[in-house]
Amino acid sequence: MVAQGEAREQAGPPTGRTIELVLLAFAAVLVTGALILVEANQEQTLTIDLLLIGAAYLALLVGAHLAVRRLAPYADPLILPAVALLNGLGLVMIYRLDLAKADRAVALGNDLPTLLWPRQVAWTGVGLLLFVAVLWVVRDHRKLAAYAYTAGFTGLILLALPGVLPSSISEVNGAKIWLRLGIFSIQPGEFAKILLIIFFAAFLVQKRDLFSTAGRRFLGMELPRARDLAPLLVAWAFSVGVLVLERDLGTSLLFFGIVLVLLYTATERVSWMLIGLSFFAAGGFVAYQLFGHVRTRVQIWIDPFADFDGAGFQIGQALFGLGTGGLGGTGLGAGRPELVPFAESDFMLSSLGEELGLIGLAAIMVIYLVLITRGLRSALAVRDSFGKLLATGLAFTLALQVFIVAGGASKLIPLTGLTLPFLSYGGSSLVANYALVALLLRISNAARAPLPRRPAVPLPPIAEAGTELVERPS
Amino acid sequence: MPELVLQLTRAGFLALLWLFVLVALRVVRSDLYAASGLRSMLPGGGRVAPRGGGRGRMPRQLLVTAGALAGTRVSLEDSRPILIGRADDSTLVLDDDYASTRHARISLQGEEWYVEDLGSTNGTYLDRAKVTGPTRVPLGVPVRIGKTVIELRS
Repeated sequence: MVAQGEAREQAGPPTGRTIELVLLAFAAVLVTGALILVEANQEQTLTIDLLLIGAAYLALLVGAHLAVRRLAPYADPLILPAVALLNGLGLVMIYRLDLAKADRAVALGNDLPTLLWPRQVAWTGVGLLLFVAVLWVVRDHRKLAAYAYTAGFTGLILLALPGVLPSSISEVNGAKIWLRLGIFSIQPGEFAKILLIIFFAAFLVQKRDLFSTAGRRFLGMELPRARDLAPLLVAWAFSVGVLVLERDLGTSLLFFGIVLVLLYTATERVSWMLIGLSFFAAGGFVAYQLFGHVRTRVQIWIDPFADFDGAGFQIGQALFGLGTGGLGGTGLGAGRPELVPFAESDFMLSSLGEELGLIGLAAIMVIYLVLITRGLRSALAVRDSFGKLLATGLAFTLALQVFIVAGGASKLIPLTGLTLPFLSYGGSSLVANYALVALLLRISNAARAPLPRRPAVPLPPIAEAGTELVERPS
Repeated sequence: MPELVLQLTRAGFLALLWLFVLVALRVVRSDLYAASGLRSMLPGGGRVAPRGGGRGRMPRQLLVTAGALAGTRVSLEDSRPILIGRADDSTLVLDDDYASTRHARISLQGEEWYVEDLGSTNGTYLDRAKVTGPTRVPLGVPVRIGKTVIELRS
């Protein structure tokens, strides 16, 4: 690799920063190309401005790159380019849907809809600022463990807040997951997810032994003792509460999934997974029996065409969109993804699938895969338990979120209201995920950085060293 | 715009998208050789010629085989001593109630790796024997520290 060759000539070990810059430039070229294709297919005039927009995006990315170079020089070289490409493609697609919706409004004689792309561009800027700020403030991820309980408490409040506030503040389109703050709205759950991962990682490092205490053996597995189930029960009750109060299956699933995976990673016990999944199945069954909105979702999932003009319209249109795209897609800007309601948020995947086809969609999925595996790889390589659990949690959140959204849009699982990280329209999700990626880069920096040189001072003789009883770093 | 150009740009964009993916996967492949991203610790970036060449093979890495950090590898090719304990600046930071802050050190003396206990509470064991003074660590023999077991591998 070019980058490693150059880095080797300098004194230090390879950092991968050059390859990151090359890939970032590549991502900017792809995003500019996508924008030009959209304009060409939408019969807009091709102007030099398009290249300027591409250059501006590249400048933003180079800014982030310089921040990484300065603040986390050994960070993983693939994470930022993957994020940059996904975010850029998302922006182009949102712009493209804006054009289409404006055309449609003119044709139908309706009022012009509000443009979404300027907002998403602004959120991207905010996201990158937060990205740099997190890298700047969190110099050592192990320090985060000291704020575990603060983070956990804040996270719980943020997660629960929309559920208990009156609907006028917190409800948009049937889901009570918002905080409407005048000109803009945020989904506090997106930020809560990161805070809760920090809390659980630190909590499990402290109490790992408790969770691996052996209980009875059953079918070749060691079951945990009944009294050690309490934290899992609390997490379960909370996620069911979210499901009931906020009417949001996605957040509830995501939250419980994170807890389960962190428990499994910390204890290496399959029994925790099985117990957790059976709890979730039981909770889901009861929710299905009790609540109409859950039942509707499941019925749409089983047969979207039973009520195609009503409840099944969205997913039905999305499936037709994916079908229209076929293998190679219609070409960017040449399809009709705007026919799906909420094409820019919940159904970004079907919009991309229609215009890029299976080939393009598979490429996007592989980019997600690269992003997630690099996160998990940092978890394997970092040398402290808290960092391992934190990186696992963060990378797994992205994975689960992609699975829930992609599964929902392609009718593999019932539809839920989550966003595709970095691709979908949605400020909170974008900004929170940038913070998440900054933490991942911080951990991968710790994993890849060369070990600090030992000080030349020799250690005192063994007889003098004695046993130190100190607080464990937490 | 003519239809042919549109079709060509459409295919070209998909090809570029996959090219990006392939370049990314190449980077992934290029550092798969070290199982846990620790190749970057080698000063040369590549293989260092085995030292000495006397009897037996030189250990190249230290592998954690059991405990919370199981699977972690640390390269030994830069000949720096490996500190093990709960202290933040240890090479292997253990989160283990049975490990001391500075528990043990594995260091190169001459051409052999030696383990020594740094006055830990619960002791360091080479296979079954408690380590009292600097003791030579042969390849593949487990060193137990609290709940963590490590081995030297070539």
